[in-house]
Formats: sequence, C-alpha cells, structure tokens
Amino acid sequence: MSRRTFSKLVLASLTLAWLPLAAQAVATIDQAAPAFSGKGADGRTINLSDYKGKTVVLEWTNHDCPFVKKHYDGGNIPKLQKEAAAKGVVWLQVISSAPGEQGQVDGPPAIKINGYRDSKPAGTVLDADGTIGKLYGAKTTPHLFIVNPEGKLVYKGGIDSIPSSNPADIAKADNYVSSALTALAAGKKVANPSTQPYGCSVKYAS
Amino acid sequence: MVRSNSLLTAGLMSTWLALLSPSAQALSSQAATEQVQARLLASVDAVRPGDQIVLGVQQRIIPHWHTYWRNPGDSGIATTIAWSLPPGASAGDIQWPTPSRFNLGPVTNLGYEKEVTLLSSVQVPDAVKAGGSFPIQAKVNWLVCQEVCIPQEVQLELVLPIVHKGASVGPGSPLIDQAKARLPVTSPWPVQIEHRADKLALKVTSLELQSAKIKDIWFYPAKWGQVVHNAEQTRRQEGDALVLDLQSGEDPVLAGDTLSGVLVVTEDGGDGAVSRGFTVESTVLPGVATSASQPLDIGLAAALGLALLGGLILNLMPCVFPVLSIKALALLRHADQSPAQKRLHGLVYTSGVLASFALLAGLLIALKAGGSQVGWGFQFQSPLFVLAVAYLIFAVGLSLSGVFSIGGSVAGVGSSLAERPGYSGAFFTGVLAAIVATPCTAPFMGGAIAYALAQPAGVLLAVFLSLGFGLALPYLALSTWPALQAALPRPGLWMERVKQGFAFPMYATAAWLVWVLAQQAGVNSVAIALAGMVVIAFAAWLYESFRHGQGLPRLAGLGVASLALLMALVGGYVGISVSPAGTAGSSAQLAAGTDRHWEPYSEQRLRDLRAKGEPVFVNLTAAWCITCLVNERVALNQSAVTNAFKDAGVTYLKGDWTNQDEQITKVLSQFGRSGVPLYAFYPKGIDAAPVVLPQLLTPDIVLAALKAAAIP
Repeated sequence: MSRRTFSKLVLASLTLAWLPLAAQAVATIDQAAPAFSGKGADGRTINLSDYKGKTVVLEWTNHDCPFVKKHYDGGNIPKLQKEAAAKGVVWLQVISSAPGEQGQVDGPPAIKINGYRDSKPAGTVLDADGTIGKLYGAKTTPHLFIVNPEGKLVYKGGIDSIPSSNPADIAKADNYVSSALTALAAGKKVANPSTQPYGCSVKYAS
Repeated sequence: MVRSNSLLTAGLMSTWLALLSPSAQALSSQAATEQVQARLLASVDAVRPGDQIVLGVQQRIIPHWHTYWRNPGDSGIATTIAWSLPPGASAGDIQWPTPSRFNLGPVTNLGYEKEVTLLSSVQVPDAVKAGGSFPIQAKVNWLVCQEVCIPQEVQLELVLPIVHKGASVGPGSPLIDQAKARLPVTSPWPVQIEHRADKLALKVTSLELQSAKIKDIWFYPAKWGQVVHNAEQTRRQEGDALVLDLQSGEDPVLAGDTLSGVLVVTEDGGDGAVSRGFTVESTVLPGVATSASQPLDIGLAAALGLALLGGLILNLMPCVFPVLSIKALALLRHADQSPAQKRLHGLVYTSGVLASFALLAGLLIALKAGGSQVGWGFQFQSPLFVLAVAYLIFAVGLSLSGVFSIGGSVAGVGSSLAERPGYSGAFFTGVLAAIVATPCTAPFMGGAIAYALAQPAGVLLAVFLSLGFGLALPYLALSTWPALQAALPRPGLWMERVKQGFAFPMYATAAWLVWVLAQQAGVNSVAIALAGMVVIAFAAWLYESFRHGQGLPRLAGLGVASLALLMALVGGYVGISVSPAGTAGSSAQLAAGTDRHWEPYSEQRLRDLRAKGEPVFVNLTAAWCITCLVNERVALNQSAVTNAFKDAGVTYLKGDWTNQDEQITKVLSQFGRSGVPLYAFYPKGIDAAPVVLPQLLTPDIVLAALKAAAIP
C-alpha cells in the first residue's frame, strides 16, 4: 500500500463519518415550513404548497378553550383575519383536537361556529389525528405560525405578549401576529420570530 | 371570593362569569370553585409591629386536575396573587413549592395536583398600632386544567389582630410549615451546566446521588423556551458527576447566560416516594460546539479539528513522548533502510494507532448500543484497568532505565521496540502508543470526546480516528520525509542517556495512576499497587540477569521471574477486586468525632434512655438517601434545632441503614415503614408515645414537634 493510498483511506474514513448528520428539524424559524395537506371544513383539500407566493398564517384553535374565546369574543382574532385578508395574507385555522376531545368539530359545525364568531379565515384545516399539529409542534390554542411567500417559517409562538385569559389584557399586550404581518408587508424581518405560546393544551389523542 | 352559593350553583353559570362579577359581600379566608378550594393562611395568629410573617394560599384541587408552576410548561398559566395590604406593608414574590410534571400527549405541563400552598412573605410595618387589625386581601388567579382548562379567580381575606411587641403571636397555620418543607432548597452539591451542540449538560457532582436509589430526576427550567419540556432528560454518569442531557428549546440559553430552575429528585422513601427540589442557578459554560444556532456540521468540524490537535498534543505527554522519541531515534539507527522501508514503517505504525482507536470507538459504540450510559473515561472507573495501565507504564519505565529489555517480544516494550526491524513491531508500537496515551486522553480530550459520545456512531468513530491520526502524525511525517530525518541530530551515546532520562516521566505517570487508584479503591489499594511494582521490578531484574545464561540457572531464574510477575498480577487483581469499593461514607460514619451532636443508634441505648423517661430523637438514615441528607442539612444540623435539643435535654440517636442493618429494619417495620428516612421523637416521660415526623423536614417542623410535646 503506497503512502498516498493510505492517506486517501484515512481521509475517506474521516469524510464518510460526517454523513449521518441529517438535519431532522421540525418547524424551525428561517427553514422551509413543513409541507402538509389536510381536509378543509368545506370539504376541499388544503395544501400548504397551494399558497406558495403568499404569506400564510396558521392558527391552532379550539373554540371551547377560554384563551381562544378571549381572542374571538373580544374580536381580536376576527379583526386580525380581516386585516390579513385585506393584505392578501392567507389565514388558515387548524383544529387538532382528537375525536371526543374538547374543540373537535366536523366541517359544517366548524363553519357555523366561525359564522357566529364573525370569523372569516381563508380555510379551516381539520386535523383530528393531530398529524399537522405534531409536525409543527403546536402546543397550545391559540398557537400561531407564519409562513412567508418563499415557504419559510418566519414566526411561531403566541398571539400576543400577555399570557392571560382576561380579555382586558388584549389592549395592553404587544400583538405579535399583527407586528409580524406588518413587518413582512414592509419586506422586513420579524422582530421576535419565536415567542412563548400560551393557552390551553392542544387536545391531541393521548 | 366566590359568592357563597357559587359552589352549589356552578352548573348554572360558567365559572368565569360567576367569579368575575364583583361582590359587595364580606370576604372570607376560603373560597371554592368546582375544581379548587382555596384558603388564605398565615404563619401567625396575630401580628406585631415590624414582624416578618409568611402568608400562604392553599389550593386543594380535585383529582386529575392541576394548577400551574411559575413556568407552566408547554401550555397553561402560572397562578398569580395580587395582594391588598395595609399601607406600608409589602408582600414578596411567590415562593413556589417543588412542582410535578404532567404529560398530555406531546404537551408537558408543570404544576401541582391535589394540594399546594403558595407562600409569600409579608413585612408588617413598624407603624401599625397594637390593638388594631391587619387586614390582608388576596385576589388569586389560576388556570385549572384536566384535559380542558378553566381560568378562575377568587378573592380571599384574612384579618389578623395586631398585638404588642413581645406578645405571643400564636402558632399560625401548620400548613405553612408543611409548605415550607416542600420548597426547593439550595443544592448541597456543585452544579455545572455545559453547552454541548444543541444540548445542555447539567452536571451534579455528588457521591450521594451516585449511590441513591433515584426513581426520577428532572430539571424544571424557571423560564419557557430554555429547555424542551417534553424531551427526555437522559441521565448518565461521568466520573463523579451525574449528568442530565437537556434539549435546548425555542429560546436557547447560550454559553455565558444563566440557566435557573429546580432539579427534582424523587426517591423511594420509607413511606412512599419522596420528591425534593434543589434550586439551580448556574452560568452556562461553553462546551465543544459554540452555539446552538450554528449548524451541527460546524460542531463536528470543530470536534474533528480539536481531536486532531489533541492527538498531536498527546505526543508531548509524559506517557507518550518517550515511546515516540525512541521510535524516532530508531530511524537514525536504521540508516541502512531504504526511504521506502522507513515510509512503510511509518504507515504501519499509523495503522497500529488507528486500529487501537477504532477498537476503542467500536467498544464505546457497542456499549452505547447496549444501552449503557457510558461517559469518557469509563475505563478509568475500573480500578483494575487503572492498576493494569500503571503496571504497564512502570514496566516501560524499567525498560527505559535499562533494567531489562525484551528481545523479540511482539509488544516490543522500551528500547527493544526501536530495534525490531519487522513491521509487526511497528504496528504494535502504534498499539502501545495508543495504550500509553489513554491515561493522558481523559483530561485533555474530555470535551471533544464527550461531544462524540452524544453523536451517532459514525461521528464517534470519526472523532476517535481523528484523535489517533493526530497521535500518529509526527512519526508518520518523520518517516515519510527524509528531509525531516536529516534534521534529527546524529546518533551517539547521548541517545542512551536520553532514553534513560525518559524513564522518569513514565515513573511519574505510574505514580499519578496510583494516586487515581487510591481515590477509587482506598488506601489499601496503594499498598497493593506499590507491592506489585516492587515484585515487577524484581521480576524484571531476575529476567535480565538470567536471560543470557545457560541451562538450569537460566530456566530457574526465568521461572522465578515469571512466577513473581504472575504474583504481582494475580495479587493486584485479587487485592483490588475484593477490597471494598470506596463507598460514600454515610453522614453517620463521616461526622463521627467532630463535635457531633448525636450518638449512634442502638436498641440498647434507646431502651436505657426510655427506661429513664428521657426525651429521644431518632433519625434513621442511609448514605444513599438524598432526602435524609437534605433533611439533616436544612433542619437537623441547624443551630436552632441542635440548641433546642440541647436545651430540652433531648438525646439525638442516629441509625445508619446504608447496609440495611437488621436492627434498624426492625425498628422501621415497627413504625410501618419499609425504608428510610424515619424521624421519631420520644417526648419526656416513660409512657410518652413516640411522634413520627414527616419525611420532609424544616427546622420549624422539628421545633414544633418538640414544643407540642412540652405542652402536656
């Protein structure tokens, strides 16, 4: 064995050893948002990839959770949804409550509930088996994720800065989602890309 | 407060609405929702001007529901208390008892079930007038969850009379003391947190924890985002330290930041599982990979680079340098060899080193795959391994000193290795270099290797090979380029002197290893190791004296030498194996002699004392019982308690159950316990029945027991 062959062997063995380092990141800021396809409340299939070129907001929700109620009854989320729609931002609700758990609804009731809450999302994804929720690591309702037009995740976290169930706190809080959407519309980076989500736990099948 | 009928009519209105509605009615110290009964408690029954008192909000929670800790975990919200106090009075932050964790699928919550009392201390102003009243109001907000979550609010009020300075304030609520016993205490052991790639390694250096029968150990971060709440916190041993691997969260702490939280250790107590919290507040130390935001492969590159550098440095270590130097000198001696032959020597040597490191890496991978929690230096946890390396290095030293030389042996120790022309000699020199390098590897390569151990098998192997390659590199370079060889000094008698001089670093390394051994296996092991070395030296001398002889004397000499060597090895093996391992002495053994305030427990002594009707405090403990240890530190060894024992004439008997002493097992079973701790107080008087104290102590709990007994 010549010196050269040997050195090559050593080098090769060192290089090969680098390979098993495949990234297994899930819903990481500044990386591609995990692709998903789910059943919509209106029966059509919702693919994240369909919205390439647009900003997408994913909102994990459970209509019976007091924290969700705080933001719907106070008009906060419906208002954000309208502002988003006006900016051409796609707002998708995701319901990951398992069958029999709080907040789990089929298509027609989901649409009805949105009706009496004056909520007009672009779509509602029914994720009763929790696949999409677990893919994104959604922990609470509400828990929000924002995907930019290039398909990268640019925000994950809470809806605002005051973790409480008291509707009076909405006005005092720094609304992270609204700030993020404003920054994105201005072509800027989101100032706080990852914040603490707060609320009820997502009611996955345990 | 909750309006008095809300408990009964909770079904009629959502609790939230019921609780929100303001009420003009007088407040009470208790309020209840469907899920939680809340009570406002105080450490006193009356306040004096200038006093510091402790208030508590107790929550009694119905089964399967929980409220939250300061960091609620993945969801939920911490309980808040808004105090309304008389002017000038102020309340401190909530003191949170040790939390538990609840897993709901992938969501982990941190909080409390069944019962919790949240404490706050309150400073009573000097200006308050005796004879008046001191009203305390608390607006308490919490979220209570089972699977669904309900935010609730209650208002509680407690009015305490103000008495003169010097007047009695009464015992207050016993629940306050019970809650104090559940507060986390300062860790009695040094805690270090190291940043390692996307993980944090929390290291607790503690002999007690090592031998404790831990059911569960978990780190609860004080803030969201620092640690992934639902990620497994794997536990392993690294030398004297217990290490928990924490997965960095969404808002990772970097080197230089402070990580704070509570480390909760749960062990089987004598009366069910006992959890004890230890506060941790520690600056995160940099590990191998510098930042979590960097991609992992940079961590690997750094680790490989460090390993290569480390390998190079190993050449200069006292244990390796002599072997390498002699090998280099051999190049001079074999001036007759062709450059190609020399080059091949270098390559074969390199392969010997790499093969040894690959074998070591393979062994570690296999151990890891087998589920063992190995840390680097695992081999040095075996006293036998340490002894064997000490002997080997001592023998290499003897050979360098010229006491003996082994001609033609495969391993080619010492000078002979330089003289062996065969390639097998070169290969095994590589193996020898790798072996003698191991004692030096642990302290210098700990970082890179610790990183490698946490990685997949391929990375681990790469780091080890890189380390080996670094070790082999200088000789490989020397044998490859004749120009370098030309730079070496000319051979001569000085080579012999240098070789002999190199024996001393070897002896020094052997001495260090014996010291390591002493730490592990006690004083007797030093005697065994040193005696073994004397016998090895004797064998070496015999061997060298008789190997060139003829016939019977040669045979006899070599026979005796072999026998002596065998004796040293077997003696070392047997001696170290049977000598009791360095058991962590229980506090019962350790503290003996030094102005101790207790006596060892014996049935006889207890009976004698009780026959006289003297008060006795019995503490049954064990070296591996963490709860016992902490109770002694925070309560029983506090001067308030030792003085009270002295003043009341209490004899403090301490029984050590470390080795499951029969006598003590019997006492435990008399009290219906299956294990330690057990604290029993026998009040004064022949007929007084013993009082069993709780498993978690505070000084006040012990003092209260003493006081209660004093009141007939």
